[in-house]
Amino acid sequence: MSGENIKLKIRSLRKTYGSVVALDSADIDLRDGEFLTLLGPSGSGKSTLLWAVAGLNDPDSGQIWIDGREATHLPPFQREIGMVFQNYALFPHMTIGQNIGFPLEMRKMNRIDREKAVMRVLDMVKLGHVAARYPQELSGGQQQRIALARAFVYEPSIILMDEPLGALDKKLRDHLQLEIKHLHEQLGVTIMYVTHDQEEAMVMSDRICLMNNARVEQIGTPEDLYFRPSTVFAADFLGESNLVDGVIREANGNGSSVEIGGAGLTRALPNPNLGVGERVKLMTRPEAIDVLGTGESRPNEVSGTLREVIVGGGATKLFVELQGGATMRVTQLTRGAAERLSPGAELRLGWEQHAAVVLKHAELESEL
Amino acid sequence: MNIATQDGSRAPSRLSRLVTRHGRIAPALLFLAVFFVLPVSMLFGLSFLDSDGTLTLEHYQRLWDKPVYMKVLGITLKTAAWTTALCILGGYPIAYLLATVAKTTRARLTILVLMPFWTSFLVRTFAWIVLLGRKGAVNTFLLDIGVIEQPIKMIFNFTGVMIGMSHALMPLAVLTMLSVMEGIDANLSKAGSTMGARGGQTFWRVYFPLSVPGIAAGGMLVFITSLGFFITPALLGGARDSMIVQTIIFQIKEILNWGFAGAIGVLLMVAVLIIFFVYDKLLGLSTLSGGEAKRATSLSKNPIGYVGAQVGGMFTRGMGTLFEWIGLAIERIFPRRADKRHADSGRIAIWAVGLLMMAFLALPALFIIPVSFTESGFLGWPPQGFSLKWYQALADTPVWANAALRSFTVAILASSLGMLLGVPAAFMLARSSFSGKGAVFAFLVSPIIIPNIFIAVGLFFLYAKIGLVGTTIGLILGHTVLAIPYVVITVLAVVKGYDQNLDMAAFTLGANRKQTLLRVTLPMIRSGMIAAFMFAFIISFDELTIALFVTGGEVTTLPKQMWDDALLRVSPALAAVATLLLLFMSAFILVSEIIKRRAAKRS
Ligand SMILES: Nc1ncnc2c1ncn2[C@@H]1O[C@H](COP(=O)(O)OP(=O)(O)OP(=O)(O)O)[C@@H](O)[C@H]1O
Ligand SMILES: [Mg+2]
Repeated sequence: MSGENIKLKIRSLRKTYGSVVALDSADIDLRDGEFLTLLGPSGSGKSTLLWAVAGLNDPDSGQIWIDGREATHLPPFQREIGMVFQNYALFPHMTIGQNIGFPLEMRKMNRIDREKAVMRVLDMVKLGHVAARYPQELSGGQQQRIALARAFVYEPSIILMDEPLGALDKKLRDHLQLEIKHLHEQLGVTIMYVTHDQEEAMVMSDRICLMNNARVEQIGTPEDLYFRPSTVFAADFLGESNLVDGVIREANGNGSSVEIGGAGLTRALPNPNLGVGERVKLMTRPEAIDVLGTGESRPNEVSGTLREVIVGGGATKLFVELQGGATMRVTQLTRGAAERLSPGAELRLGWEQHAAVVLKHAELESEL
Repeated sequence: MNIATQDGSRAPSRLSRLVTRHGRIAPALLFLAVFFVLPVSMLFGLSFLDSDGTLTLEHYQRLWDKPVYMKVLGITLKTAAWTTALCILGGYPIAYLLATVAKTTRARLTILVLMPFWTSFLVRTFAWIVLLGRKGAVNTFLLDIGVIEQPIKMIFNFTGVMIGMSHALMPLAVLTMLSVMEGIDANLSKAGSTMGARGGQTFWRVYFPLSVPGIAAGGMLVFITSLGFFITPALLGGARDSMIVQTIIFQIKEILNWGFAGAIGVLLMVAVLIIFFVYDKLLGLSTLSGGEAKRATSLSKNPIGYVGAQVGGMFTRGMGTLFEWIGLAIERIFPRRADKRHADSGRIAIWAVGLLMMAFLALPALFIIPVSFTESGFLGWPPQGFSLKWYQALADTPVWANAALRSFTVAILASSLGMLLGVPAAFMLARSSFSGKGAVFAFLVSPIIIPNIFIAVGLFFLYAKIGLVGTTIGLILGHTVLAIPYVVITVLAVVKGYDQNLDMAAFTLGANRKQTLLRVTLPMIRSGMIAAFMFAFIISFDELTIALFVTGGEVTTLPKQMWDDALLRVSPALAAVATLLLLFMSAFILVSEIIKRRAAKRS
């Protein structure tokens, strides 16, 4: 990654509101043309971070660099960024055309060029016919597209979006997710996106920045976050996970051996931060675990008793109590009733080494 | 009754249906018909009759012939226009500040605006006499620091009227504008700035146009209210600043020319109606900007609205550009550095102006307190020594205690009656749908839109016929007319916010209507009801116009007694009364605000 193509650089950014720390020691690099999503629970500091980049709040300390120039305390109008708000923030007293023309007018573009540019982006969002209408005369989805058009029209170097689809229903949201993704690919813009919907984050992003408690928990590709979470929080927040207590018995560059209380020794991906003797959580995804038939085998195997079966449409969930008391969830494709297992059955479960991750014990972590 | 005798079998059901349908709203309508519509129409009717009771236009002929009346109308319009301009100009920064600070700060600062709003007009007017008189605080201060050699004449002229009236009505402008500004999404300005608009541009192009409906509504209210003013021009103005209501009072009190007074009243009413009409046409102004799409599209059909929109658009673009230049110039001189925090100078300026204007609203009344302890017999500044003799004098003259007691009794009874009539009506307005609901609401609140003087003079005329002049009961009925609109508005807001599913829940749990009302509904909206009562109480306790006409002799109220005294001389004794009144009212307002807040929090 060379120096030039970093669009946005954030270093140890901190923002407090009174005694509330809303954002602490955030470090992020956003590459040119990248789609980065800030994901996290409510109150984790996503908006605070985004607004600091927009210049809408003044950070306490740290730095923000946009296009290689420091922008930490610059006012929003000197930053060349675009922003899309959750409630769209379209000006109700201006027509759609005037709304989209507003940023161009602020840049002193002449009227004729302005109208051309407005029509161009309106066509891009397939709403060429609404230029003379007022925002209230459009549906929620249409308003959202206008808000996108208004942010794209002046080709800002970064576009920020704070839960832009939060107010729409599920179907429209899925549709607009794709539309935003296409616009992003077509125009090659750099986007920083906020959501607390993990599915949305997985579908749209090049990388996800997971936030928790005013801090950046982990940054990586959706795949990284899903298969190689670095903390218990990350594992728990994205998708479903089995978190089983264990102790590291052996650790090197090829992997770690973890003893699950009473259920034997298993092999997991290496974690250089955790050494022999440490208490850890062993993380596996329910769909990566197989119920082994006679003769089948896997690098990691445990046995237990089936306690509960829940058939939920396409997928069936099995709750298995391991020897030693821990419970593991297993997700399978739903099969016909004849093949289905029933509670009380003794099972063998198995998984590959790369499907298991060792994580620092959450309680210990929070003490630090 | 007729129905009952003719058709005994069906009457009860029909009657009871009639009662349930109209029973809750009819008493209020009937009451206003008798004590509001009837007297006001009688007054206007009188203007078409001569002294023998035959139809004539002689009063209007006289109005037309004598230039003095048109001149007074001119002065009235001019005073109202200037007051409106000052109230909007001074009130806008306050409203803007209140609308853009955090919620808790807003709640605290709003009290600074509400207190003067509810403090007696009379008390505030006395305070200006203390401040602005020849030997007043301002002149004394300026003389002491040597800025001036001779005292400046600031009262008993147009300046005095302007200061007094803008002070009296600015809170009304602020609260009206604030209610619109609170609805302006803060993200809009933020969106503007991310799109490259400097502070000035975002304000003029985004915020200001959206606040125009507030300016229009606030301006309208202030203008209409100032047309009916007489206290301030009488006490702070000179002879040439007389307003039209003073002329009406003079015609009735001194000359007993009812017909002519009625004609002047009609003249004022016509002026009010024309203004309403023009406002409605010009509402385009607020639309251009107000963001009501339907209206904006219909603008092109309406030439006044269209021109208004064009001019408004040019104005905001011009101001936006101007402020952008100013912003750029400041940035040129003090370049923004990206690596350093800086104070937001625009914000500091808004705080400074807003707080200054709030001080203008809140502080003057306090000057009345020290002068009430003076040893001297004059209202000079600074007060001489310290003595309680003026309070002693009050205690020695039973007339003050009697007046205070009467004001209190009248206020309690008038607001109780107002609640009795207004609450059921408000419930019905909130919960039933019936044709003409809008008209009924407009009718119920119309007593606060019509200048009080018409109600006062009309009631005087009506009471003269039925022997209620100079009675406490007459006063109570008159004040009830004014109390009803406030009760209806306040209770309506509370009841609308009340979740009717709670009643449904109570019904399903086996409670009957009455139990539900007493055990569920009323306890939930209690605070709102108390607020409505206190509202009505203050209105009555502070009322002067009606009291001026329908009281007489021994039967007087506190404001009336103060007014009579003030016409002779504003003495330290009056300052003592005003101080007591100020303390009482402030305590009262604080308590009612706290109760109202608690109610708001719960809903
Ligand atoms: N203007 C403010 N004043 C005081 N506290 C604030 C302010 N804005 C945010 N906070 C606090 O800062 C913390 C982070 O808030 P932020 O809005 O960044 O969360 P978020 O991740 O965007 O949450 P959500 O998903 O609910 O939008 C929260 O505890 C919030 O209460
Ligand atoms: Mg947020």
